[in-house]
Amino acid sequence: MKTLNIIRSAFRALRRNKMRSFLTMLGIIIGVGAVIAMLAIGQGAEYSVKQQISALGTNVLIVFPGSQQQGGLRVGAGSMTTLTEEDAAAIQKECPAVAYVSPGTRSGGQVVAGNLNWGTSIEGTGADYLEIRKWTVEYGEYFSEQDVKGAAKVCVLGRTVADNLFPESSPIGQTVRLRNMPAKVIGVLSKKGQNAMGQDQDDIILAPYTTVLRRLSHFPYLRQILVSATSPNTIPEAERQITELLRMRHKIESFDQDDFTIRNQSDIAATATATTEILTILLASIAGVSLLVGGIGIMNIMLVSVTERTREIGIRMSVGARGRDILTQFLIEALVLSLLGGIVGIGLGVGGSYAISGLANWPTIVTAFSIILSFTFSIAIGLFFGFYPARKAALLNPIDALRYE
Amino acid sequence: MIEQQHAVQSGQNGTLIRIAHLVKNYQLGEVEVHALRGVSLDVQRGEFVAIMGASGSGKSTFMNILGCLDTPTKGSYILEDIDVSKLTRDELAHIRNGKIGFVFQGFNLLSRTSALENVELPLLYCAMSNAERHARAVGALEKVGLADRSHHFPNQLSGGQQQRVAIARALVNNPSIVLADEPTGNLDSRTSVEVMEIFQELNRIGITIILVTHEPDIAQFTKRHIVFRDGRIRADKPNPAQRIAADVLREMPEIDEDTDE
Repeated sequence: MKTLNIIRSAFRALRRNKMRSFLTMLGIIIGVGAVIAMLAIGQGAEYSVKQQISALGTNVLIVFPGSQQQGGLRVGAGSMTTLTEEDAAAIQKECPAVAYVSPGTRSGGQVVAGNLNWGTSIEGTGADYLEIRKWTVEYGEYFSEQDVKGAAKVCVLGRTVADNLFPESSPIGQTVRLRNMPAKVIGVLSKKGQNAMGQDQDDIILAPYTTVLRRLSHFPYLRQILVSATSPNTIPEAERQITELLRMRHKIESFDQDDFTIRNQSDIAATATATTEILTILLASIAGVSLLVGGIGIMNIMLVSVTERTREIGIRMSVGARGRDILTQFLIEALVLSLLGGIVGIGLGVGGSYAISGLANWPTIVTAFSIILSFTFSIAIGLFFGFYPARKAALLNPIDALRYE
Repeated sequence: MIEQQHAVQSGQNGTLIRIAHLVKNYQLGEVEVHALRGVSLDVQRGEFVAIMGASGSGKSTFMNILGCLDTPTKGSYILEDIDVSKLTRDELAHIRNGKIGFVFQGFNLLSRTSALENVELPLLYCAMSNAERHARAVGALEKVGLADRSHHFPNQLSGGQQQRVAIARALVNNPSIVLADEPTGNLDSRTSVEVMEIFQELNRIGITIILVTHEPDIAQFTKRHIVFRDGRIRADKPNPAQRIAADVLREMPEIDEDTDE
């Protein structure tokens, strides 16, 4: 029997029980749709996490004062007094694997502009800070090495701060009071949005670290040194060079612990990516279960169909259909069900992903891989769950089948 | 064209079926049923045979084996020089497809499938172009006088018409033999005679027909009577007084059969 004829008669058989065929397909439709939508959500989350982490700069190292192994000693990291401006300068000068260095300190406080005020975090940074963070200035400019050296009373506002302090006018050239120190606004940072932990990265004021150290916090030590390696590949090398240098500068004996900690952004990135990957797999497996249930639905309906059409099978056998002809016929019917369901399900999954993106504002990414995967899976399910009923039909005894009422 | 082929076949006289010492035992629960206890029989080309007997006589079992739907426990069945008693399921299906045409008591047409497609059914299982299959099916329907009903569904046809579709289906692959199992069992007397008229017409052009019936009236239209009892042949004799269905129909009162569409 020609394949085309079998396919045509399969469609006819399925049309005879439209409602039943549709409900059977619905299982596959929902299963495939769910797999595609869940993969889209998972991959969207993965992408946005990667995006945020690479925005942070993947070749960034942060040197903190104090050891990771503090044991029972409870010391606030801010009170650590091991990192100095000279350490930062030495790293810049003596570590060849290091590209940029930005000494960092922080001071919280109320910022006042005219009759408006806003509580935010004031970060003291070096002139290369934006290079390391891969951040840009939207309006105006960033402070220079000159400003840092002279502890100039200038600052750059994050977007959130700028919007809150200067809702109607341009902040450039205006003066804000950082606690009691007046500072001239010379730039506004481009919008960065939330970070991976949900914090608003634009709620910030950047000022030369010298200014913050000497005029605001009056605390001579650095809270951190932000370093970028020359490339993501030289991170371990940079880490080693910095460790060696700082141990030497801090005169640490070879058996003693470091009095500083270096944290690596790509470690954080790897952890975060792994987490979202697990999320994707989890979501897709749950959706896969519904696809499996859909397959069982196909098997169920095909078994009913074989029983109902026992007489038809007998007639076909009596006029010369071989077992394998009957097998093919029922297998193709199951395949048509799962294939049609798969196609509609892909539409549902893709549409659903866009709907989720639009309504819940989640990033979703529908990949060709997820479509091919679920489509292949639905074919496999049709074959797998269609085979048993089809075989049952093929093994019927023609005499019994003809007599079946 | 079909007529010519059959005419040629009937021309070459010879044995079509040779059955020797056929035994068939069934296992029915714990009881072993001896349905056939040694049946031997020859059928020549162009014969028109009626197989008769009460229910339980073994005639249905015999018919199933004759139709290659079942295989004997012992004995041999040679159909056109092929020993079909030793064939596999698939090989039997191939024989059914090419050499045997079935007509059943309950018509056994596929519902919600047009008369034409029902007739095409056997041709779906052999290599044939769509055009040739269609042409052959139309030809077979013309032969039973239903060319104008080819797109009707079985439920739109009368019992007699349905049986004629079934006969067309049995003829469509030019079988060596047509097996009819109680073909008039579900039909009224006039329609029964009409169906027998078709069989007589087919036999006249050379088609071999074996018909199972328990109605002596129907058997009178055939040329040879074989009577089964308890799994054995009790009688096997030619019918000296074959009735001609066309003549019988002329004498029968006209009733409005076949006009109910």
